Amino acid sequence: MYRDARLGVAELDVIVLVKQVPNTAEVKIDPRTGTLMREGVESIINPDDLHALEAGLRLRESHGGRVTAVSMGPPQAMDALREALGMGADAAVLLTDRAFAGADTLATSYTLGKCIRKLGRFDLVVAGHQAIDGDTAQIGPQVAEYLDVPQVIRATRLEVRDGELHAERTHEDGVEAVRCALPALVTVTREANKPRYPYIPRLMAAFDPNAPIKTWGPKDIGADERLIGLKGSPTQVQKTFTPKLEKKVEKLSGQPAEMARALVGRLKERRLA
Amino acid sequence: MAVWVEKDDCAGCETCVEACPLGAISMRDGLAIIDEKCNSCGACVESCSTGAIKSDAAAAKADTSQYRDVWIVAETRHGRVRPCTLELLGCGRGLANALDQRLCAVLAGKEVKGFAADMAEHGADVVYVMEDAGLEEGRTLPHARAITDAAREKKPAVVLFSATPFGRELAPRVSRRLGTGLTADCTELGIDGATKNLLQTRPAWGGNLMATIYSPDSRPQMSTVRPGVMKALPREPGRKADIVGLKVNLKAEDARLQVVELKKGLRKKVDLTEAKIIVSGGNGVGSKEGFKLLEELAAVLGAEVAGTRIAVEEGWITADRQVGQTGQSVCPDLYIACGISGAIQHRSGMAGAKTIVAINTDPNAPIFQIADIAVNADLFKVVPELIAALRARGDEC
Repeated sequence: MYRDARLGVAELDVIVLVKQVPNTAEVKIDPRTGTLMREGVESIINPDDLHALEAGLRLRESHGGRVTAVSMGPPQAMDALREALGMGADAAVLLTDRAFAGADTLATSYTLGKCIRKLGRFDLVVAGHQAIDGDTAQIGPQVAEYLDVPQVIRATRLEVRDGELHAERTHEDGVEAVRCALPALVTVTREANKPRYPYIPRLMAAFDPNAPIKTWGPKDIGADERLIGLKGSPTQVQKTFTPKLEKKVEKLSGQPAEMARALVGRLKERRLA
Repeated sequence: MAVWVEKDDCAGCETCVEACPLGAISMRDGLAIIDEKCNSCGACVESCSTGAIKSDAAAAKADTSQYRDVWIVAETRHGRVRPCTLELLGCGRGLANALDQRLCAVLAGKEVKGFAADMAEHGADVVYVMEDAGLEEGRTLPHARAITDAAREKKPAVVLFSATPFGRELAPRVSRRLGTGLTADCTELGIDGATKNLLQTRPAWGGNLMATIYSPDSRPQMSTVRPGVMKALPREPGRKADIVGLKVNLKAEDARLQVVELKKGLRKKVDLTEAKIIVSGGNGVGSKEGFKLLEELAAVLGAEVAGTRIAVEEGWITADRQVGQTGQSVCPDLYIACGISGAIQHRSGMAGAKTIVAINTDPNAPIFQIADIAVNADLFKVVPELIAALRARGDEC
């Protein structure tokens, strides 16, 4: 955080993590082969990440400072960063290289963490709570750990006051108000805010070759080749298969109380209650 | 971080500055600082006289034979062990048997020794107890330190956490600190007969696909496990375990996050399209008062209330709560349709729900064709019983 004792100015350096994902709502399974049909599925900014961008932009608007969007992905993930600039981010970094491919969350958090260190000073890293393609929700905490900063996960409200992050987060049994030293990392859910649309002239400007988007590979961030991509990923996929989808109606019978108890049992089995 | 300096342990001797072949280490305020020139070669780790320089690169190719035992990390909330912890014990017991190794429960908290017997009676062979005033419930940093330190010392083969909000923010920090793999929200775990690797199965792509993940070269193997899926073992009264106290060395920086307050039960109204559970009513609900019953059910389930076009037109619910062709399309995990016949216009807005429960007096109502669970009965008789049964079930994960 930039502080000026005379003016009392405090600007925030905010880094927002952005992932480009296939719109899973459109993904279909080939009924014969049981594999994902990804052709023609549009790529979007991960929905939670739009809320992360919005949160970062709002902090900049109330405190001054900079918002830098960072994404790791194939070259076409540049579109996600252009959209981030269109929304108002000051700069962006695309981490793209064949060596980054096949990364699990450990290798991804190392790569993103290295990049953030390379960018230098930061007060807050904001990320979406989870990505719709992986649903792991692990990148936020793992990047926080890499950077050795505290984390606020699933924030629904956040503000910076007196050099500290004040946030509210949802819990199973209520809303928790927390206070956290900066620098810190926060992940936000869709309840946090309503993301703005890109401002078209700014979005157009993001296509200019001189737009403030850097493209970095492993060397640019000083990454150890053994710790990135597939090589740096301890977890491997052994197999994938489609869950059984056929719908079988189960009819409950008996007295209302018996049916209610049976229903609670079924809901519990399905982890719905 | 691949290589980092534990500030509290650094003696400021500058040996590492000389040891670094890349000139990536300098001194600031008497402490060693590693900059981005570092390529994690580990030369400094060996040079350090106080063990202040740590590396997780070493864990990338672990000697798997050195790692033994299955650990489950117990979770308490409001001073009670959560039921999902007992499920973890049940699941871990099977894995430990398959590996012919011990099942160890890790109990970390302010005052948790009293739960050790519960752990033993639900299947643990060993209970590691870590107590410290700083290990408050739900604080990730102190718990991450305690568990990581214990795992470094004891070298477990498997570490399981519950995929609760706390487990899902704690486990990634532990995995990062240990430099090991982590698989999120597993619904099935097993041991590969030949390699003895942990096979971790989880849903991916919004549940469209299941993936089985393993970590052949990395130890410990870590997963968060979805609550409610695994079975707890019945309590075996008098079953004993070795209870082992472990030292906790928290640091001042572990208190960087403080909980100001927990406002219980305060929930914002969720957008229907993002709701996980929806309790919905139609013509059969009959009145605004009828919807009060549905609201009561929704409150117990943490659900949102919605309804059909008729319910809106009759003024029983507001228009923003309408599901269907002229309302919203929703895809919750659970949709409970009460007194809804299931006209195609309504079905088009909710057929994507993962589980549909239909409660209706008409056995021929079309809603039953797409329901997973059909309750052919009067909602005013079943729903109050359902609310009572859910309340009686108490605190579940």
